[in-house]
Amino acid sequence: MADLSVEFCGVKFQNPTVLASGILGVTASSLKNVVRNGAGGVTTKSIWLKENIGHANPTMFGTDSYFLNAVGLSDAGVKKAQEETFPEYLKDKPAPIIGNIVESTIDGFAELTEAIDKCGPDIIELNLGCPNVEGAHGKPFSCVAGDAAAVVKACRARTKRPLIVKLTPNVSDIASVAVACAEAGADGFCAINTLYGMGIDINMRQPVLKNRSGGLSGPGIKPSAVKAVHDIYKATKLPIIATGGVMNGEDAIEMMMAGGVLVGIGTMVYYRGAEGFAEVVREMEEWCDKEGVKDLKEIIGCAVK
Amino acid sequence: MNVKNHDTRFEAMEISEIVEENSYTKTYVFKYDLGAKPGQFVMLWVPGVDEKPFSVAYCDSGEFWLTICAVGPCSKAIYEMKVGDRVGIRGPFGTEYDIGEGEHLALVSGGYGAAPMYFVAKEALKKGCKVEFLTGARSEDLLLFEERVAGLGDDVTWHCSTDDGSKGFKGYVTQLLSEVMKDVKLDKIFACGPEVMMKAAGEAAGDVPAYLSMEKYMKCGFGVCGQCAIDDTGDLCCKKGPVMAYDYVKGLSEFGKYHRDAQGKKNEY
Repeated sequence: MADLSVEFCGVKFQNPTVLASGILGVTASSLKNVVRNGAGGVTTKSIWLKENIGHANPTMFGTDSYFLNAVGLSDAGVKKAQEETFPEYLKDKPAPIIGNIVESTIDGFAELTEAIDKCGPDIIELNLGCPNVEGAHGKPFSCVAGDAAAVVKACRARTKRPLIVKLTPNVSDIASVAVACAEAGADGFCAINTLYGMGIDINMRQPVLKNRSGGLSGPGIKPSAVKAVHDIYKATKLPIIATGGVMNGEDAIEMMMAGGVLVGIGTMVYYRGAEGFAEVVREMEEWCDKEGVKDLKEIIGCAVK
Repeated sequence: MNVKNHDTRFEAMEISEIVEENSYTKTYVFKYDLGAKPGQFVMLWVPGVDEKPFSVAYCDSGEFWLTICAVGPCSKAIYEMKVGDRVGIRGPFGTEYDIGEGEHLALVSGGYGAAPMYFVAKEALKKGCKVEFLTGARSEDLLLFEERVAGLGDDVTWHCSTDDGSKGFKGYVTQLLSEVMKDVKLDKIFACGPEVMMKAAGEAAGDVPAYLSMEKYMKCGFGVCGQCAIDDTGDLCCKKGPVMAYDYVKGLSEFGKYHRDAQGKKNEY
């Protein structure tokens, strides 16, 4: 049996699958349930300083090939994370936890970094790439390399914990944004956030999502994710949570070959349920056994030249 | 998920008929083959307004009903709609009541929980069951579906309670359940209504297996958003439920105590 454990920014994960931010993960119970179902680690839903209401429904729908959502980062604010989510998760902590945070200003990000640092996450992930709150909060920071770097620099000064950046794919050169973040002190990346998308209900003659446009995820975006991970890995050599369209073990292996150390999994839950985590892990093991891979670390970035 | 090929896009459906149940509640009839089972729910989208979960009050191969009480912006918008207007429907989602052949059932409902229980009663009759239909409300004018239930024949017995005693048993429907259980040996109890009421129903059930239709805040209804995750198992109300065994539910740390809002904050009952 292959060794599936990996180390990411000094944190040991029993297997490379990590629940991506925004799917399930509203409560500690939910995060723990995902670990019970086989995930190697979990990411919180994006946490704000203050309560954020999010968008009205419809907030999501899926088809065989893609999934579109605009939940709008609904959250109760960092107080709930401090008082409830983290203490309850860290009591009998079953696997590493990544605290994903979001704010609309650099100062807000810095303040929130300090607040979340005290909650005790293994890793802090800056959500600089959500496409669904542009109406209220402007373009995501990771659309522009300099803006992303400015956030990273401000947050870096507030924490000694591993600090990673979740990047938007909705840019012409994601690698240059990653390089700017790395120079500002980022320890790694999560890529990709969702792509821009919109779906129109032809019978209602209007967009399905209440927010009109949303973020595209699911099976169809995997090639975009593989390319982005490949480019970031090549440009920075920093560890990456490779995320986007991973539905099964072979997808996860492909992401690792593109440079992912961990593999972020979100929309898979729509297709296979939370139980799908254990299945993905088993499929990775089967592939390793078939290919004679003893240690999964061997394949990280192996397809990058 | 009871959805073909992972497709959760809406189906545009016309309202075929609207029946006024009382001053706050209407039943909307859609002539579509939804394929829902008793206990399941659909997500209903009023374009431009919102989308919410609603229990199915009746379903056969030709039509299905949603009985809706005007409480929030979405249900109030539905309340303004007319025959021929279109809404978006997706589903059915969630678990169903497990009705065995020839069982003696008590269907215990509070308020508009009576509507989905009508669907349960109809299906139970097909399986040769005897049904005690117990429903409670604050007062007589809020009781639902009495005539419909009366039309189901001799194998269904209507019992009602009101808080103010304006009709039927004066008190809670769960107290009425205890009264009925003195005379009738039940095989199962199904409950649908406010969580505190269902908790009391579960306790009153004693050794009789009870099943509850749990209601938690949901965004998607199909297992992605995580808003309806229950403490402290983390199971999702939309997939593990809405119908769940009392034996499971009674062990939940949040049962009868709180539910969560759209941002995930706790609200005490």
